[in-house]
Amino acid sequence: MRTVYLDNNATTMVAPEAVEAMRPLWCDLYGNASSMHSFGGQVASYITGAREQVAALVGADPAEIVFTSGGSESDNLAIKGTLDAFDGAKRHVVTTRVEHPAVLGLVRHLSQRGYRVTELPVDPDGSLDLGLLDRSITPDTAIVSVMWANNETGVVFPIPQIADIVKSRGVVFHTDAVQAAGKMPIDLAKVPVDLLSISGHKLHAPKGIGVLYVRKGTRLMPQVIGGHHESNRRAGTENVPGIVGLGMAAELARAQLPNEHRITALRDRLEAGILASCPGVRINGANRLPNTLNVSFEFVEGEAILLMLDDLGIAASSGSACASGSLQPSHVLRAMGVPFTFAHGSIRFSLSRYTTGEEIDFVLRHLPGIIERLREISPFAKDGEFERALAADHV
Amino acid sequence: MWDYSEKVRDHFRNPRNVGSIEDPDGVGVVGSLACGDALKLMFKLDDEGRIADVKFQTFGCASAIASSSALTEMISGMTLEEAEKVTNQDIAAYLGGLPEQKMHCSVMGREALEAAIANYRTGSQGARELEGRVVCTCFGVTEAEIERVVRENGLTTAEQVTHYTKAGGGCGGCVGEIERIISRITGAAPTAESQPLPKSRRMTTIEKIRLIEETLEREVRPKLRRDGGDVELIDVVGDTVIVSLRGSCANCLISQFTLKGVVQSKLQEFVSPDIVVVEEET
Repeated sequence: MRTVYLDNNATTMVAPEAVEAMRPLWCDLYGNASSMHSFGGQVASYITGAREQVAALVGADPAEIVFTSGGSESDNLAIKGTLDAFDGAKRHVVTTRVEHPAVLGLVRHLSQRGYRVTELPVDPDGSLDLGLLDRSITPDTAIVSVMWANNETGVVFPIPQIADIVKSRGVVFHTDAVQAAGKMPIDLAKVPVDLLSISGHKLHAPKGIGVLYVRKGTRLMPQVIGGHHESNRRAGTENVPGIVGLGMAAELARAQLPNEHRITALRDRLEAGILASCPGVRINGANRLPNTLNVSFEFVEGEAILLMLDDLGIAASSGSACASGSLQPSHVLRAMGVPFTFAHGSIRFSLSRYTTGEEIDFVLRHLPGIIERLREISPFAKDGEFERALAADHV
Repeated sequence: MWDYSEKVRDHFRNPRNVGSIEDPDGVGVVGSLACGDALKLMFKLDDEGRIADVKFQTFGCASAIASSSALTEMISGMTLEEAEKVTNQDIAAYLGGLPEQKMHCSVMGREALEAAIANYRTGSQGARELEGRVVCTCFGVTEAEIERVVRENGLTTAEQVTHYTKAGGGCGGCVGEIERIISRITGAAPTAESQPLPKSRRMTTIEKIRLIEETLEREVRPKLRRDGGDVELIDVVGDTVIVSLRGSCANCLISQFTLKGVVQSKLQEFVSPDIVVVEEET
């Protein structure tokens, strides 16, 4: 059975060009870049090249690119590294309620270790109140961390404006750009972000490689200690194949950016098709990334939809409680106030540049039937007073 | 991805006995949209008192649909006396097992069956009635229900109770209490780090306010903050504690549960059983 892969916000296919670029680094050029022999030393030039490729994607200087093991490590390095640099002098962190668990889990962990955390709410569209963000910054605030784009809904926060606000208050600003990088233009020469996280496997590079952009002059305490690698910011022998793969992926993403409207068009076709063929549907989030569609089907449960899609080879994800393995639906949808009737039935489709129109049409052919079938099983979707009363009672 | 048995997958893909019965003899409804799964079960008896027709409607994940479908196959042709002996383990076993985190689906099936039988016998409304004290207010689970799954399934941890009943899986405010219920049944010592204070002599008001603040800080705020909320102590008048819910709790749909379930029950446990919590008028 073929796979229709529409879960690119979870992870992506490694670009064939990136695989090709990595090929010599396994068995031929396997030396250690720190070695004093030319066999190892020649590898350093590959790392230098990749650093330039990644820097070009986000408008940075190559010296500001720190390679890490991925997005979660980058987020941890940014936030803990900044707090450690203050050495307890500032103990307040501002973030949002809709961050990726790499940030939210970390700050909640820190809140039990003597740090104060403000989690900013979002409105039903998923947007932030920038006035509230400004007011939440205090003299004790060490760092503000706001994601560039949301992984579940694709909602894009106005990072240029937010960066201006935070920098005007003289506070360190971090953004988790794991979903944004490669999907929308980012120019750090113009946007005063101090720290920015990138994950390789979200943009067609391998898993296990990421980047923390660290603006020149930013104080940061390393979190992996024991070596001089990455300008003393992250110890550990470089993951050279991963770095080279990410460099190539970044170059491909940059070349692809002008064609992002093709992905937008496919996503819009999927969205319009679902809205036209399924009643009781809502789109979650306004002002989204080109590739993301988070759609809720009322009165059906997301995991059941996913399994029926899976039977057809369609890969997507859900914010329902059952799909997450917890008992509550997605923290992002709850923060947006999505009603429970819809939150449990949310499905995220996330496209990539490899997605075809034929695949979108395949989904549109089968999805309405799946929803209809599950609604036939559901006691809430029928016209009965008892069902309505029960639903009203609980919603 | 869940590791579902072939039988679960089959009953999910091809559910048996979906629909409703006109003029049923018994109807049972459990669960809710807010909780993420719900089951409506109805049956009709033949002249000999056997289940001649049984139908269900389920809102929920694959294992909830499969458990409902399996239940209808199992009880078809049974007398009510036979049917009421069906346990949640029987449903799970019929399906070739369920992932432990999904065992609550089998419990939901058994509860719907009991509600439908009670509806037939007593004309009760067919919805599951909360008998006795509610322990988990997020999902409406009573002490009696927790005791029953612990006994019938030999459960030993609060996490297992959450898998079987959902209790403790929302705000987490009742996990300590679930552990105490388990230890009462199994005779083991509770692992909860905090124990209620002995309540011997009357506290002064200042002592009481201090204890309320300590309890809020230690027992309540960490749980609310996990969901982006907070609570502020406004005033204490006798045994009435006036608080204000903040952040996400302020406009949460289940804030009343939070107030009564988490805040009040913790203050009753650690300060005084007579405490009543009310929200500040705004």
